[in-house]
Amino acid sequence: MKRLSFIFDDKLGIPLLIALGAAMIMVPVLNLMVPETNFFHVSTFTMSLWGKYLTYAMLAMAVDLVWGYLGILSLGHGVFFGLGGYAMGMYLMRQIGTRGEYGHPILPDFMVFLNWDKLPWFWHGFDMFPFAAVMIVLVPCLLALVFGWLAFKSRVTGVYLSIITQALTYSLMLAFFRNEMGFGGNNGLTDFKDLLGFSLLSDGTKAGLFAVTAGCLILAYLACRYLVSSKLGRVLAAIRDAEDRVRFLGYNVETVKLWVFVFSAGLAGIAGALYVPQVGIINPSEFSPLNSIEIVVWVAVGGRGTLYGAVAGALVVNWAKSYLTGALPDAWLFALGALFIVVTIFLPKGIAGLIRLRKEAA
Amino acid sequence: MFTSPKSRFPALLFILAFAMYAAFFEGLPANAAARTFDQGLEKLTQKDFNNKIQGLEQIVQSKDPQVEKLLSALLEGDLYYTQKDKEVVYATKSDGQYTTTGVLSNDVTQQVGSRSIRKIGINNNIRKKLKGWLSLLQLYHGPPRERADAVYRLLGKLSPDMVDSLKDLYEQETSHKVRQALATAIAIDTLKTGNNEAKLSALSQLKGSLHPAVKTGLINLINEKTSEQVQKKATKILQRIESRIAFYGFLETLFFGLSAGSILVLAAIGLAITFGVIGVINMAHGELIMIGAYTTWVIQQLLPHHLGLAICLAVPGAFLVSALSGIVIERSIIRFLYGRPLETLLATFGVSLVLQQAVRSVFSPLNRAVSAPDWMSGSLVLNPILSLTMNRIVIFFFCLFVFGALFLIMKKTSLGLQVRAVSQNRAMARAMGVPASRVDALTFGLGSGIAGVAGVALSQLTNVGPNLGQAYIIDSFMVVVFGGVGNLWGTLLAGLSLGTANKFIEPFSGAVLAKIIVLVFIILFIQKRPQGLFPQKGRAAG
Repeated sequence: MKRLSFIFDDKLGIPLLIALGAAMIMVPVLNLMVPETNFFHVSTFTMSLWGKYLTYAMLAMAVDLVWGYLGILSLGHGVFFGLGGYAMGMYLMRQIGTRGEYGHPILPDFMVFLNWDKLPWFWHGFDMFPFAAVMIVLVPCLLALVFGWLAFKSRVTGVYLSIITQALTYSLMLAFFRNEMGFGGNNGLTDFKDLLGFSLLSDGTKAGLFAVTAGCLILAYLACRYLVSSKLGRVLAAIRDAEDRVRFLGYNVETVKLWVFVFSAGLAGIAGALYVPQVGIINPSEFSPLNSIEIVVWVAVGGRGTLYGAVAGALVVNWAKSYLTGALPDAWLFALGALFIVVTIFLPKGIAGLIRLRKEAA
Repeated sequence: MFTSPKSRFPALLFILAFAMYAAFFEGLPANAAARTFDQGLEKLTQKDFNNKIQGLEQIVQSKDPQVEKLLSALLEGDLYYTQKDKEVVYATKSDGQYTTTGVLSNDVTQQVGSRSIRKIGINNNIRKKLKGWLSLLQLYHGPPRERADAVYRLLGKLSPDMVDSLKDLYEQETSHKVRQALATAIAIDTLKTGNNEAKLSALSQLKGSLHPAVKTGLINLINEKTSEQVQKKATKILQRIESRIAFYGFLETLFFGLSAGSILVLAAIGLAITFGVIGVINMAHGELIMIGAYTTWVIQQLLPHHLGLAICLAVPGAFLVSALSGIVIERSIIRFLYGRPLETLLATFGVSLVLQQAVRSVFSPLNRAVSAPDWMSGSLVLNPILSLTMNRIVIFFFCLFVFGALFLIMKKTSLGLQVRAVSQNRAMARAMGVPASRVDALTFGLGSGIAGVAGVALSQLTNVGPNLGQAYIIDSFMVVVFGGVGNLWGTLLAGLSLGTANKFIEPFSGAVLAKIIVLVFIILFIQKRPQGLFPQKGRAAG
């Protein structure tokens, strides 16, 4: 039991874990077992929508790990999310096989459309799930490793680092918009049929995906919580608060930053891979700088440096976004903009900070 | 050699006749010509494109004085016919109504709805023919410059008969410009048809010409079996022409690069000031540019008949509007976040979203076009290869002007002195009695105002829309960082060199990849020299 005590380090995380666990079991059950006429029935649409939010929550947690604990404001985490998504998308594209519009056994539709005669080298292997699964984690991690190594070794910090990450996601967006890149250009990858043999259209698969996403989010939370509660976690906070002092104490700041950044990128990649089958499309707009900076707002609203705050922020903001874009389409950007301003000026610790304040007062 | 326009006329007829591939119509009696014109018009109203071509040929043969007007109207898509009695009319659209003027009944002007007339559609084939005919017609009247251009347009498309006519024309022509053009056209033909001696003299004639048709003629000549002497001379001239073309191509790329660079400088220099002093990225900087562009549009809407005046008023107008917006942003938001650069970045990003959406709600999400005054439209044609667009030239010098003005403000005014003091050492400046928070607000206003001025320039190059600013924020920041924070010269050099580099890479890699390459280069550059090209000196640098 002692080994698991890290879970209780921050007690506010417990209700979140319980809620996620309950959702993981109850939502699929309420969707599949309860008849549609019943009050407690959860529609497939709602379930997929919240499944999408959960992947966003995981992404927000990845950002919180580097921003809240390490002080690196990444404006480019959408890149890792998108790359994980593309890796999953490539697997799903290869699974379509002859059922595509053009019925080519190997080439995805868009390649047939572009008159390509053979598969580009980087598309090989994606017909096997294990290979794709490795790539989902490996590709974002590798990019984070190279990028982080370049950035951290030369001690680029603060605003500079933020803008370089934004330039990274911007240039990847431009690159993926090109047809010649071999990732479907503007339209991205879509028209998926099935995942591991389960049809993506059936309610059962969607329920399964929801459960898997919730499960992954719980595991990711536990992993991150373990990380920040360990001795390494204290080094992270020390780097955030006084980087030079930690360096003078003999810690290898760059290496610590690099590996946590890589870990965070891997988490974002997994989140992206879970996102794609639930949404049914991945395209270069995932790399747009606005998307990446929105993630930061989720974290800021929830309260950074808490992990559960990031999850709560992602869920609340995205729910509000869905609601507002439906009810008052013009109001969403006003609301999002105001959220940026209000949270940074009045609520630097987010919702989690508010709750904590109330607890301490009581 | 003195000739009146009248004496040129027989040659004109001659050319036209051959150009219409119908010499047998030559010398029709006057009423027969009028009938040909009417018949031609009738065929224009038919659906079949071949019939239309036949009709057009008849019209051109008729040599009616209206021919040129008719052909250009058809090319512009201003030629219609009435649904009721198939009468061909010129029509211009205004407020959903058409004002029509009959081709045959010249003086009858009518207002009609869009239902009662139909446009005479043309295809690419007809368009090509129309352009050829118009060029021929233009050979005979208008200023020398236009006639010379008409000859150049015909190069490479001449039939042997037309060349004979051109030779006649050459004998009678007085304008040096037109004679030169005609000589080039005749020499190109001689390369094909003349004997060796004639070819050699034709080659000498073509020595300095950069026209594409000359190059094609030379290449054809070299591929033919001709005497060694001709071959040698042709090869030499071709090489010289090619190296000149390469040189002018280089100049053109350089011009486009400097132009792109000057826009980058305009967009970035305001950011350089705010970032240099406050140390904060204003993510709403792009939206301040956008506000400047919209100010230009609004002023132009208020003064629709004085485009030049509107642009000149827009410069101070946009400066004021953007500067005031900037000061409001600084006083209401940024002031609370000094010392927390990352939070400021997020808050200003929120401001940029709000501004974008506000513009979308007020002006509609559609792009608005700002028209250019006369002195900014058109281009400066130096030779057939190199022509520089006027608006880009004006913007380049405008950029230098803005840079100069800003430089003077920073170096020669007391505000500039205080700004430099605060940016170098805030605490010390305050101790010396510099009102730091007022300086912050004024600096922010100055930087924002210059963003607005950049918006005036941008409105001349692209459409004005809510997303105008978004595209520039990352580029602007890259320029500032590349040049060295807080260094105006660095920003100028960085902007111009990045713009130029971009344009020189583009032909090899395509526009998107060029942008990516430049971005990657800057990312690597920042790794090596985080302080940029010209590092800031003083205590603030650490």
